[in-house]
Amino acid sequence: MSDQVGPAAPAEHHPDPAVVRKTAMWAFLGSEVLFFGSLITTFLLYRSRIGEGPGPADLFDIPFTSVSSFVLLMSSLTMVLAHHSAMRRDSRQMRVWLLATALLGLIFLAGQVYEFTEFVHQGLSIGTSPFASSFYLLTGLHGVHVAVGVLMLLATAFMSFGGRLRADGGMNVEMVGLYWHFVDIVWIVIFTVVYLLQV
Amino acid sequence: MSETSSRRHPTPRDYWMIAGILFAITAVEVVVAYVDALDRVVAPLLITLSAGKFVLVAGWFMHLRFDLKRYRGLFYLGLVAAPLLFGAVLLTFGVLIGD
Repeated sequence: MSDQVGPAAPAEHHPDPAVVRKTAMWAFLGSEVLFFGSLITTFLLYRSRIGEGPGPADLFDIPFTSVSSFVLLMSSLTMVLAHHSAMRRDSRQMRVWLLATALLGLIFLAGQVYEFTEFVHQGLSIGTSPFASSFYLLTGLHGVHVAVGVLMLLATAFMSFGGRLRADGGMNVEMVGLYWHFVDIVWIVIFTVVYLLQV
Repeated sequence: MSETSSRRHPTPRDYWMIAGILFAITAVEVVVAYVDALDRVVAPLLITLSAGKFVLVAGWFMHLRFDLKRYRGLFYLGLVAAPLLFGAVLLTFGVLIGD
């Protein structure tokens, strides 16, 4: 094999992995906008087709849902504080805020389970009417997103407890945070379009 | 040239302030939904307030104001495409076909 050195090859350009991950996450969130857009559109089309079942004005408890919305909004605050702590490499504080966010997410989910149970008792099951189907599909799938977010938060916190978050742990927390904030802004839209505008 | 914004990144104090504003907007939304005198403007008012909350969370908590412009582009693509696409669907099924 020759030791001769030829002309210097141009340096390979490797994209910053952090930028690649964030770009992928934002592209995913952009696609999620379309996903929830389709569900909200379906709800808007069927909102007045209540059949024999109860309608929004008979069912919705706005003060209760407002508290749930507030809980989810505050979870965005705790999430951004977790990210801020991660950036400062303050693992202890980061875990506190991550677990607080997960707890607030669980409170929101408990509120949703309570709300759904109440609605079923009042005669609104998923097959009652097109309104019921589109309502449960939209809010239920949002709830599934929250549940996935809670699992991601707990996994991130426990990885940190076990020391399995690498030195760039701030990036992992940021990814979870972007997803969590997105779930929050979807709820902002749902709360206005599905609840407030229907009562 | 950097793609990032030259804006100062928010501090925890800023985040708490944003949370306070979000709380206040939510409270105003609930009041607006119940005030009969605002019946004629309730929909545009609620949509505007909701859009304000959306911008605050996306801009500050998601750092969209302070991050690479390409992220904004990707997200805005979804935000612009969704109303166009689903506006057409609503128009087709809600008005033109009437179902």
